[in-house]
Amino acid sequence: MAALEMTTPDAAGNRPPKFSTKNVNVFYGEKQALFDVELDIVENQVTSLIGPSGCGKSTYLRCLNRMNDVVEECRVDGSILLDGHNIYDRSVDVVQLRAEVGMVFQKPNPFPKSIFDNVAYGPRIHGLTSNRAELVELVESSLIRAGLYEEVKDRLDNPGTSLSGGQQQRLCIARAIAVQPEVILMDEPCSALDPIATARIEELIDELRENFTIIIVTHSMQQAARVSQRTAFFHLGKLVEVGDTEMIFTTPQDQRTQDYITGRFG
Amino acid sequence: MDQTGHTVKAYDKELTRLSNVIAQMGGLAESQVASAIEAVVKRDAELAARTVEADAKIDELEREVDEFVVRLLALRQPMASDLREIVSALKIAADLERAADHAKSVAKRAIALTQVPPVKPVYTIPRMGKMVQRMITDVLDAYVERDADKALVVWRADEEVDESYNSLFRELLTYMMEDPRNISTCAHLLFVAKNIERMGDLATNIAETIHYVVHGVALPQDRPKGDITSLTVVQPDVDDTAG
Repeated sequence: MAALEMTTPDAAGNRPPKFSTKNVNVFYGEKQALFDVELDIVENQVTSLIGPSGCGKSTYLRCLNRMNDVVEECRVDGSILLDGHNIYDRSVDVVQLRAEVGMVFQKPNPFPKSIFDNVAYGPRIHGLTSNRAELVELVESSLIRAGLYEEVKDRLDNPGTSLSGGQQQRLCIARAIAVQPEVILMDEPCSALDPIATARIEELIDELRENFTIIIVTHSMQQAARVSQRTAFFHLGKLVEVGDTEMIFTTPQDQRTQDYITGRFG
Repeated sequence: MDQTGHTVKAYDKELTRLSNVIAQMGGLAESQVASAIEAVVKRDAELAARTVEADAKIDELEREVDEFVVRLLALRQPMASDLREIVSALKIAADLERAADHAKSVAKRAIALTQVPPVKPVYTIPRMGKMVQRMITDVLDAYVERDADKALVVWRADEEVDESYNSLFRELLTYMMEDPRNISTCAHLLFVAKNIERMGDLATNIAETIHYVVHGVALPQDRPKGDITSLTVVQPDVDDTAG
């Protein structure tokens, strides 16, 4: 079990990465979408993935909880280790993996169910609670952590779809949190929201990172700068540069990063 | 800079304009320094008065830079090299304004100096003046060309100005001890020298800023500093006091 040894801190006291990915190549049929991506994701940090459309950032994100499995013709090569374990190993239960590595999408997509049932859905199918009282407690604590509880506590029976866009997105975050994941993937979680709802989600992301490792794909560089500690820039399927967010936005090392973030891409 | 333009063309124009205003300020500051020192050396009260007056234009340009920078930060949300460029413009404008203020102070002293008898020819003032003018010219070239190496040369040159200042300080103290009638003139000249020395410091500030614009990292904190006048004491000869 050589892989397991990676989960212990190294001599310098650095914590091992939550995700360690190497030589990741992704193909959609003949077309290669990612080329030899090597990236470590630090635990309890927000990592943002930026880059122009079609650069592979969402493809990469979807490798991390095997969402690409559902895409026909999609082939993922390389090593993707979560806490030192290969998530593409045959023995991995994909449903369990996706509980550990939750996902929030671009458009809020609550189930056509009540607010309560939206959040209770995951814990129910994963059998996380043994009685009604525990379930209620888990739903409430998830809504509280998602910063939504105060706004919906009197109408938990209303349909999730009756909420505003920003509230729906926080409901989706509550739903992801409810199954007690370790990592939350976010694919442009604010692109359908107004600035105030966006600010609330960003504030939430900052709070959540205490307990979760978060990876966010965003088209807004200001958002990447605001919410993340590390930023990875993708271009044409390659990871061009990764570093501390502050460094990437003040002194990027690669000309392509520089051109992209300053708005010089042709 | 050998960069392709922004997708939004107006942004490029704005950055170019900012850079041009700085260059214009620099040109004015440069000639203010030259005039002020010339006024001292030639005891030219009229030139000095014109120099004092001309300072207002630089203040005006600095305000223009301030407003423009705030606007760019708010509207363009600059990143990376653009961010460094814009923030640096603010700092350079402030340093140029301060340098011009020192030139104005020198010019004021020049007026006062025409009303007191000259002391022995003080060669160090024009020499220091030349050095600092050179530094300002070079640092502005470095800015226009975004040449960090050239800026570094200016940064190092300040040590020599400090050394001149030290020797001038001692020289003037000696004159004052020789004959109390020199004190008025020498006191003014000391302030002139101090002003010139400060201009050199500001030129090195600008050099540091240019280094940051180009490389994104600050120069080390400990610049070679040579101004030791704050520790300098010149004692009258023991024989004189005994006699």
